[in-house]
Amino acid sequence: MSQSSITTAPAASGIAAGAAMPGRVWPQERAQGILLAIAFPVALVVLWHLLVVMSGTRLVPTPYRVGVMMYDFAFGGVYDDAFSGTIVIHLLASMQRVYGGFALAIIIGIPLGLLIGKVRIIRQMLDPTLSLLRPIPVTAWLPLSMIFFGLGPRSAVFLVFLGAFYPILLNTIFGVRSVDLRLFEAASMLGCDGSRMFRQVVLPAATPSIFNGLRLAHGFAWILIVVGEMTGVPTGLGSVIMDGRTLSRTDLVITGMIVIGVAGFITDRIIVSINNRVLRWSPQHHG
Amino acid sequence: MDNDTARPRRQFLTVRDVTKTFQIGADSVEALRRVNLTMDKGEFVCLIGASGCGKSTLLRIIAGFEQPSSGQVSVYEHPVTGPGSDRGMVFQDYALFPWMTVRENISFGPRQKGLPKERIRAITDEYLNMVGLANFSDRFPQQLSGGMKQRVAIARVLANECEVLLMDEPFGALDALTREKLQQELLEIWTRTRVTVIFVTHSVEEAVVLSDRVVVMTAGPGRIEADIPIELARPREVSAIDFNQVRRDITLRLTSHVASRSVALAA
Ligand SMILES: Nc1ncnc2c1ncn2[C@@H]1O[C@H](COP(=O)(O)OP(=O)(O)O)[C@@H](O)[C@H]1O
Ligand SMILES: [Mg+2]
Repeated sequence: MSQSSITTAPAASGIAAGAAMPGRVWPQERAQGILLAIAFPVALVVLWHLLVVMSGTRLVPTPYRVGVMMYDFAFGGVYDDAFSGTIVIHLLASMQRVYGGFALAIIIGIPLGLLIGKVRIIRQMLDPTLSLLRPIPVTAWLPLSMIFFGLGPRSAVFLVFLGAFYPILLNTIFGVRSVDLRLFEAASMLGCDGSRMFRQVVLPAATPSIFNGLRLAHGFAWILIVVGEMTGVPTGLGSVIMDGRTLSRTDLVITGMIVIGVAGFITDRIIVSINNRVLRWSPQHHG
Repeated sequence: MDNDTARPRRQFLTVRDVTKTFQIGADSVEALRRVNLTMDKGEFVCLIGASGCGKSTLLRIIAGFEQPSSGQVSVYEHPVTGPGSDRGMVFQDYALFPWMTVRENISFGPRQKGLPKERIRAITDEYLNMVGLANFSDRFPQQLSGGMKQRVAIARVLANECEVLLMDEPFGALDALTREKLQQELLEIWTRTRVTVIFVTHSVEEAVVLSDRVVVMTAGPGRIEADIPIELARPREVSAIDFNQVRRDITLRLTSHVASRSVALAA
């Protein structure tokens, strides 16, 4: 707090006034943004309604009928069938598998990515194999995974894991490999080396890329859970959609889709808010 | 060793017969050929010369980021074998740790040494104040202007108790006003800390304002062409007659061998 030697303070604050802090948004602008974000899906729903009514199709329900189905799926009391009031059971089942597979992909993908990125012999050993396996679509693993893990939920978890693993792994490797060389030089001249270099320079520098991988992986995880649950698993949102298809209950199919969309959206926002907190030093990495 | 015994005192920093050849595929570039330079402690030396004459390479070898192909750099007769806390580089593009605040950047060196918390805090405060950034200690580098970033970079190596400040065109990316301001601040810091400075610049005026000696380098292969003491009294006034005289002399010497070797002088 000593003010004795600040010969340059006035100039410094003058410069600072020009360097505005990013991320300040006016309230009106914010309100306008929210309004626009809501207006578009509302317009889509209206269009959906009009198209169904005008075409007279019976294959696609109106938004209202989907709304009723969603209410019944959540609270029951409308149709009182096998799906009434079962949202919690199915949502929890799917969430367990998604987050289970996702967590597994994080636990294996990040450390492995750090190792491959940093240690040459590990990279030389694993990189060709991983690159060869990567182009295989995860869904192509479905038959094998059913043999390995049976028809149960473990097969779904495995698919989610596979789908989430590569984006996490590749982005972690990329993050480690693309650290600015100057930062290593700066750190080493300041007396940092070895494992401290890894913890204090490599890891934080790779964080934006790692978060990028997490967001991508999380998206894939929800895609693959549906595929995984379409293979004879009795619970889960994927099985609900599959049942809806078998029973020609399109309102149920769309309800399942909406629940997945909302659950995925909420988790994504959580990841983004963690991302923004961890990367508060870098506004351009904010989601 | 025999010609060293003739000297009255130990040289602080010596660059002896340093040659550096870069191998690019089948080609090789001789970036430095038999460069010799000695510096006293506390001296302020500017390196000047056209682009590509090996200024950065020389600085990076002194810093220990590159190994010379032959020859040796030593500090107090200890050979330099790699980067070390005694030599601190200030890069043109700052190379601050973007995920650390100003305070964390400056305290990086002291933290590596495992000093007690209060000691780290005291050192960091001292250098924050010295570069006039006490009010910005919690900002991240992205939230600073170029001039402020370079102040942090200078404070970061000083807080690490470096004895030689290696500056590679540190003010090259700054506007003229900020640049002049930082030149004056650097001189104040140099006067206060008595740190030894090697400063690379393209600007003859900057070299004459700052340094005790101007070392002129030329390209193809990179070597030292002249070593000119600047005996003007400090503080120096760029509009003074004797200042202009010195500037003109050095400019002439620069352009004459550039012209004689028909090498384009960088704008
Ligand atoms: N890492 C490198 N690999 C290959 N050539 C290099 C490398 N660094 C510098 N050089 C070459 O060495 C010469 C001197 O470069 P440099 O020291 O950057 O010059 P200056 O800083 O004076 O502009 C140039 O010809 C440059 O192309
Ligand atoms: Mg250079």
